[in-house]
Amino acid sequence: MNFTIPKDIDMSQQASWCPGCGHGIVCRVITEAVEELGLSDRILTVDDVACGQFGQFAMKYNTIMSAHGRTVVTAAGLKHARPDALVIARPGDGSAYSIGIESTIYSAVRNENILTIVINNSVFGMTGGQMSPATLPGMKTATSPFGRDENKDGHMVDITKLLGQMDIAYLARCAVNTPANTDRTKKAIKKALQKQMNGEGFCLIDVLSMCPTNWKTSEIQACEFVKETQSKYLPLGEFIDKGGKE
Amino acid sequence: MAKVLMKGNEALAESCLRAGCRFFSGYPITPQTEILEYLCWRMDEVGGDCVQTESELAGINMLMGAAAGGARALTTTAGPGFSLKQEGISYLCGSDLPAVIVDVQRIGCALGDIFMGQGDYWQLTRGGGHGDYRTIVLAPATVQESVDLASIAFDLAEKYRHPVLIATDATIGQMIEPVELPEMKEHDPDKYDWALRPRREGEPQRAIWNRYWDWEDGGHKYPEYILKKYGEMEETEQRWESVLTEDAEIVMVAYGTSARVAKSAIMKARKEGIKLGLIRPITLWPFPKKAFDELGDQVKAFLDIERNILGQMKDDVILTDGNRHPVEFYGEYWDNISEVKILEKVKEMLKKY
Repeated sequence: MNFTIPKDIDMSQQASWCPGCGHGIVCRVITEAVEELGLSDRILTVDDVACGQFGQFAMKYNTIMSAHGRTVVTAAGLKHARPDALVIARPGDGSAYSIGIESTIYSAVRNENILTIVINNSVFGMTGGQMSPATLPGMKTATSPFGRDENKDGHMVDITKLLGQMDIAYLARCAVNTPANTDRTKKAIKKALQKQMNGEGFCLIDVLSMCPTNWKTSEIQACEFVKETQSKYLPLGEFIDKGGKE
Repeated sequence: MAKVLMKGNEALAESCLRAGCRFFSGYPITPQTEILEYLCWRMDEVGGDCVQTESELAGINMLMGAAAGGARALTTTAGPGFSLKQEGISYLCGSDLPAVIVDVQRIGCALGDIFMGQGDYWQLTRGGGHGDYRTIVLAPATVQESVDLASIAFDLAEKYRHPVLIATDATIGQMIEPVELPEMKEHDPDKYDWALRPRREGEPQRAIWNRYWDWEDGGHKYPEYILKKYGEMEETEQRWESVLTEDAEIVMVAYGTSARVAKSAIMKARKEGIKLGLIRPITLWPFPKKAFDELGDQVKAFLDIERNILGQMKDDVILTDGNRHPVEFYGEYWDNISEVKILEKVKEMLKKY
């Protein structure tokens, strides 16, 4: 096979993610999806603070860094100002499902015509691996040192259950732990971008993504953890796929 | 254009539209809600977007996205809601983004109450969010002035790439006065080269983020840039009205609704031969130091007048005067500022000083 670097990937700046992180893979599939659809001159991105913010250096798209947790609603504002652009918000699970859950839900309620790609590694990454809403039951983190106890720490948040009954355009969960899953992630992104072009409304793709640093595993073990554990609690699939506008 | 009768909040909203504002995001809160209600139908007529958000926090952060996209963007709130706006104001300042934020002030901390008040001076002028920043704060005293200041607020915001605050209050927001509205203007979102639109092949990337990271030396020259920016605002943007200060022995300092009462107190005082004057700050920040520089040696003392308990603006009067004169405070919480009480206070001060 012949691998080339997508032209929307920026090799001149440095995105300092840890080895084995899923963020870079997600950026790569975003740029591949965009290029395959021929949309490079229509994209605007909105980054969260923390690990996701390095996406600004990885991709050449014009971009704004929102406040932590406000990525989705800031992206909605940007879309209102630039209705012809295709706007992609890239928060993490801590941002989109904890501090920003209100905006995630209400952007879905308003069916804002944007694509939200949540890089879900079940922890707060940049601050050192604290428990996030998507931390799995029993999973050890810096703030659940004996494993997440749902009686004490609350239930794990599965966004597909929270948004599953809403009248939005697209809701899917993908992963980037294997080449086959990464390819499915790209297909989901392409589908969602097409929906945004059709004006169908809110699309959210929850992408299970490795964080070997905070999971305290090797890169290979992290990929296996997604397969054996994370995706058992947070199953992959398409949950809403509303089809074209009437 | 002929004068029309309009409620303060609605006139301000209309003036923003006429300045080319085509994006609003906000949340209902008294005594500001008429702005949201008005824009919910009026924005449609002019082809803009008005979004009732889930909170004030969402309102300001959605506005940030629209401002980044080059739109003239507005959010409005009051009292408790203004606290929630602070995160976004700090981010707008750190990202060099223009926007207009209106605080229709009410009374008290916590819930306080929905009544007339000037409860937010410190938060407006000190930077209620994190980090060190300043914002121009425009404080109208009439419905017409709300219209006039709203119409220049967007220009000022873009001139400095910085948010501009408008501080009205419940009285000015709720009362109806005759106003002359400006002509309708359209704003081009591509007017400035910092505004985000999709990148075209071959163009450098536009990234809006913490601006100090943009300095090639790692941000060490950023403080210089910020000091220059705020210095220029302080030098060129001071706005005020001085009333009979040429011979005044007691100079009142009051803004917004309080200044209206202070003005009428001057007329009564003068009939009694009392030399009373007024400095009315129109910009709360930058505080109109130049108005104080113009005062003569006959001034005996200052009287700060506000609708709150602690006399928040008194700090700035003392700082500006440099402890050369006594500065006293007359404030009301539940009641209107009273001409009679102003005169009593002034007579008492003239005996003392």
